[in-house]
Amino acid sequence: MTSKFVLKLYVTGQTPRTERAIQNLRRICEQNLGSQYQLFVIDVLEQPHLAEQERILATPTLIKELPPPVRRIIGDLSDTLKVLQGLDLPIHPTGTGGTQE
Amino acid sequence: MTQNPRQPAIEKLPTGISGFDLIANGGIPAGRTTLVSGTAGSAKTVFAAQFLAEGIRKYSEPGVFVTFEEPPSDIRRNMESLGWDIPTWESEGRWAFVDASPQPGEEVLFAGNYDLGALLARIENAVRRIGAKRLSMDSLGAIFTQFADSAVVRRELFRVVSALKRMGVTAIMTGERTQEYGDIARYGVEEFVADNVIILRNVLEDEKRRRTIEILKFRGTSHQKGEFPFTIMSGEGMVVIPLSAIELKQRSSDIRVTSGNPELDHMCGGGFFRDSILLVSGATGTGKTLMTTEFMAGGVNRGERCLLFAFEESREQLFRNATGWGVDFEQMERDGLLRVVCEYPETAGLEDHLIAMKKLIQEFRPNRVAVDSLSALERVSTIRGFREFVISLTSFIKHQEIAGLFTATTPSLMGGESVTETHISTLTDSIILLRYVEMFGEMRRGLTVLKMRGSMHDKDIREFTIDNRGMHIGRPFRQVTGILSGNPIHIAPGEIDRMNQLFNDENEQT
Repeated sequence: MTSKFVLKLYVTGQTPRTERAIQNLRRICEQNLGSQYQLFVIDVLEQPHLAEQERILATPTLIKELPPPVRRIIGDLSDTLKVLQGLDLPIHPTGTGGTQE
Repeated sequence: MTQNPRQPAIEKLPTGISGFDLIANGGIPAGRTTLVSGTAGSAKTVFAAQFLAEGIRKYSEPGVFVTFEEPPSDIRRNMESLGWDIPTWESEGRWAFVDASPQPGEEVLFAGNYDLGALLARIENAVRRIGAKRLSMDSLGAIFTQFADSAVVRRELFRVVSALKRMGVTAIMTGERTQEYGDIARYGVEEFVADNVIILRNVLEDEKRRRTIEILKFRGTSHQKGEFPFTIMSGEGMVVIPLSAIELKQRSSDIRVTSGNPELDHMCGGGFFRDSILLVSGATGTGKTLMTTEFMAGGVNRGERCLLFAFEESREQLFRNATGWGVDFEQMERDGLLRVVCEYPETAGLEDHLIAMKKLIQEFRPNRVAVDSLSALERVSTIRGFREFVISLTSFIKHQEIAGLFTATTPSLMGGESVTETHISTLTDSIILLRYVEMFGEMRRGLTVLKMRGSMHDKDIREFTIDNRGMHIGRPFRQVTGILSGNPIHIAPGEIDRMNQLFNDENEQT
């Protein structure tokens, strides 16, 4: 990893879907990025102006701010292949990549 | 029907859209969401934006515009041409956008289940922030294309609608239709906003575009039924023309006004009724414009205000004609009693003409109005649109308690009916026919009062002549029959006497 990942995850309240998204993301990041990432979780109910700024509609929405290009991934991130693709990470580097619901 | 006492009647919120609240019997259901559905180009966005604009302008009610399709910058620019200064309202905290339009060039991936919780949070935030009473969402189809899972979008929109209801916000939601007469909307959105549905149409009829609005249903409250024409005017936005919704409560007065010609007054039993509409029908050159001129002059000479809409002749031509008949239009205009408005019918659609005419009537406050000729306007419209135009104009003029004179041109020189006449004769109070009469190789002119609602009138067909002092009505045509049908046949004097004798006998018997 040459550059650090900056990830923002927009969620709506403390719901099972929110929990699931956070867990899925942490797992994927740990397996693929080690500690080379920063994750911010933003609750749109508490900070709707941030959702407005980023024009978020769906939750959960993950925005990969760095490294470029900026990319959005919508959903609870249970589809690991799609998440890896969205983060521009090589698929199957460690042989794991199962779905966790 | 009696109201359930435990269920209070649904209140109406006046939209402020000109004419719409009349057909909506007061407005749209307050605190509810109404679906406004229409095909592409049916003015859905204008309706959605105007609902908020009128709320701000007329009722000091702030509004939130949720856009799923066009970016706010486009909406600001497009609505500026209608006279709405959205950026100023935004800075005053009276208008807020929730921008849910698709972001060009941004790649979006889907990786699992989602909801539209952020959209709802943003809408609630915007409503609270400016204290919105009104909200518009435009348009639903665009959000269904952003998110592949229609079931999720439907469910989430239902949540939005419920939240708006909870907050007491009156909302408009626009939706797409694929055809003018078919399903209410695509994607089954009517399922969750089925209570209140308005349809906008942009129909091609006889090669002419015609916009209409129809309130399909308002749950628990009343509205006018059927399609009503509307138009989009710059500086005003959408203007609905309520036709049958206009209560026909005009009083007919017994007050008579002069036609401008003493002999014609005599034929009509003492003049026209003040708030009546008179139709003058005849072939080209029979004297319709003359009659209009005299009608105007007759009013001005009595100190009345007169307004003339001319659709056939130029101003110069019209004034020259009047001078030729001893009427000085220029002086009358300088005195402020006359106003002559010359327009080419083709410059605008009929709805636009109607609105412009109504506006002028309201501004000038005339005692008399003349339209020369209606047939010219008929060219730019469909039969149905034309009839609605005449109904609306007639009813408007009668409401103002002013006298109206319309002219209609018959296609054939020798008589017969004009299309105009066929479609509006039942709407007018009086009809005067002008005809060419061929007698012994000579063209003469004849006039008859065909109908005079509520009054006795002369039933003769009289000959009239035109000179530099105007129209002179002479003796009835005798020895000739079939003038009105356009086939004059001469009868020997003896025959006429015999016929008269025949009818007199009959009359005496009955």
